[in-house]
This record gives sequence, structure tokens and C-alpha cells, in this order.
Amino acid sequence: MAKKVVSIVDTAYRATLEEQDDTVVWFNHMLRQSGADITLLLTGNAVNYAVRGQQPPPLSFGTAAIPFPPRLDQDLRKAIQAGVKLVLLRDDADMRGIPASALMPEAEQISREQLADFLQGFDLVWHW
Amino acid sequence: MGKTLTVLLMDPPFESANTTTAFRIVEAALRKGHTVNVFAYEGAVSLTMQGQQPHPNPAHGKTVDEEHHPLTRDIVRGLLTSGGGERLHWINCGLCVDERGAGDWIAGPRRGGPGDFWQWVTESDQTLVIPCR
Amino acid sequence: MPSYLFVESRDPFESRDVEEGYRLLTDLAAQRIPVTLFLVQNGVLAARQGARAAQFTALVAHPGVTVLADTFALQERGMPPEALVPGVQASDIDTLVDLLMADGQKAIWH
Repeated sequence: MAKKVVSIVDTAYRATLEEQDDTVVWFNHMLRQSGADITLLLTGNAVNYAVRGQQPPPLSFGTAAIPFPPRLDQDLRKAIQAGVKLVLLRDDADMRGIPASALMPEAEQISREQLADFLQGFDLVWHW
Repeated sequence: MGKTLTVLLMDPPFESANTTTAFRIVEAALRKGHTVNVFAYEGAVSLTMQGQQPHPNPAHGKTVDEEHHPLTRDIVRGLLTSGGGERLHWINCGLCVDERGAGDWIAGPRRGGPGDFWQWVTESDQTLVIPCR
Repeated sequence: MPSYLFVESRDPFESRDVEEGYRLLTDLAAQRIPVTLFLVQNGVLAARQGARAAQFTALVAHPGVTVLADTFALQERGMPPEALVPGVQASDIDTLVDLLMADGQKAIWH
């Protein structure tokens, strides 16, 4: 039987400007394209990835540039379209003053109290 | 009979205690007869770089030889050639290699991608992802 | 029944997330799910007697949780076994590998 994976992402905006994406979100998107059953659980700072309307401006360094800083909400939307399921920890969003209305509607929200039960539904639990 | 463990590493060399602990896990698993797959992602692709060089330690007052500075490429080589034999498989994530210019590595590892990692996951008894911070 | 192996590499003073991890383990243990917390690296610093880590101490006292600490990390930090919070067992990397490879084990590195 196929293994069900939940990837817990709690560190946000780590080298995302250099990479022009989040390497963990990217990797899990690629695993989905390889046939994996992947759920992304955003916790900690990473709940902010589900905030709509992220618009970092491009950067320049002399003749070099970062022309396409990532828009993580849009990257998450592409991952969802590929079949990745998206869940986030409501408590961590509340702690950061993120109202529900600011979050992507595609993200299912669970509470920390539900986390233990939530993890039971997966064969592999990866913390990134 | 040995089982199969897949480990994903992310930390570059000389930056995190995770690396040595990961090496200890790999060494112990091999010694116990398990097969180990290591997928090096992000900075971990530099663990096997051929061009690593030891250095002296002026704070210790030691020469290069006296300091015996361990290089991660030597540790990986040791794992590949000693008890590991054919039971240690190492993949460096190709895109991570390219962006870091880390393509000149020791004998043993091969280039791969997320699909290879997923193939290993499906074939393994256990998969451990060691994140970086 | 599946069991959980939680490898904690950080101490609760450097990240709030560590205590959230302890809380998750308590919640799992409350459901009678076997839970092992294996401390490595700076994760062992919570295990020193006198550390102001009430949530960790409570976790160690939980009957459903086994707390192990890597002897190498303890020695590296000058923490002899007698200095540990009662209930924390000094362990080794071989035991960690055995736990990793146990059938039905969900392994999480934190």
C-alpha cells in the first residue's frame, strides 16, 4: 500500500530569495509529481506562507539581480493543483495575529489539540 | 536480516551538529547490517566535495598534520569503503549541486533528484528527514 | 499499534517549538501510544537537574513516555548520569538505530 506522508514545515523564508522558492515546498511538490501522497502541514513561521497577497519586490546588486522573488502563496497554490494537500496550524496563525480572512481558503486549518490525532493518519511524518 | 534506512540530509559541512550525528547514525546502521541510502539535499551536497582541504589550527598551536582536521568527504569515503561496502548508497541532489558548483565529488555518490528519493522511500523500512535550521 | 520516536536536537530555551514538541508527545502518550523521546546534541541540555524546563520534567515523569539521552552528547557537555533529571536514561547511537528500525515506528527529527 502506498505510503502517506505529512511534511511539517515550520521554518519560513529561509534562503527563499536566493532560491526563488522554498526548497522544502518545492521538494514536496516534486515528490507529488513522482506519485507520492503528500500533505504539507504549515506550522510556526511557515503559517505565513498561506497568507494571500505576498509581493516581494525584485532586488538588484550591481549588475546582478534577484528578478523573481518567490510568492509562496502562489507556489503553494501550484503544489495544491499538482495534488499536494495543504493544512496549517490555526494556533500558530493566531499567535502571529493572522486573521482567517488573510489565509488561502485552500488551506485546511487544524488546532494544536488536533495534531496528535491528525498525525495518526500518516505512515511517515517528516519534520523539515 | 538487515533492513533499509533512507536518510535525507540538508546541512552543509562545518555548519551544524546534525551532520556528525547523521554520520554516527549511518555508521551504526551499517555496522548492524542495515542498508543505508543517503539523499543529500541543499547544502549537504557539499559533504562529498573533492576539493575540501584540511588546515592548521593556530588557536590550538597545531600544524595541519597535528590538528588532523576531519573533512566530511573523508568521513563519507570512510563510510562508503569500510563496513558499508555495497550497503551505503549516496545521492547528491543534482539541482542543488548545480547551483552550488559542488559537482566535483569523491568516488561513490551519484547525481539524482526527488524522484530517486521517493523511490528509496517506497523501498525502505524507515525514512528519516534531518532538517536544517 | 504504531509508536513514535521523536529525536530532539534542540533545547527548549532556544526555540519555543521544542516545548510544543514535548506537548505533542504528551498528547500522543495520553492516547496510550508508545512514545520515545531521544535527546541528541543540545537537546540533552533540558535533561540537566536544575534546568528551568518544567514541561520537560513533566514529560519525563509521564508513565507513557521513555526519555533517552545520547551519552556522547552528555559527555560532550560535561553532564554525568547523576546530573540528569531522574527518569532520563543515558543511551547510545546503537539504541537510536534500533529504535529507528523497529517495526511500526514513526520517526521524527525535531
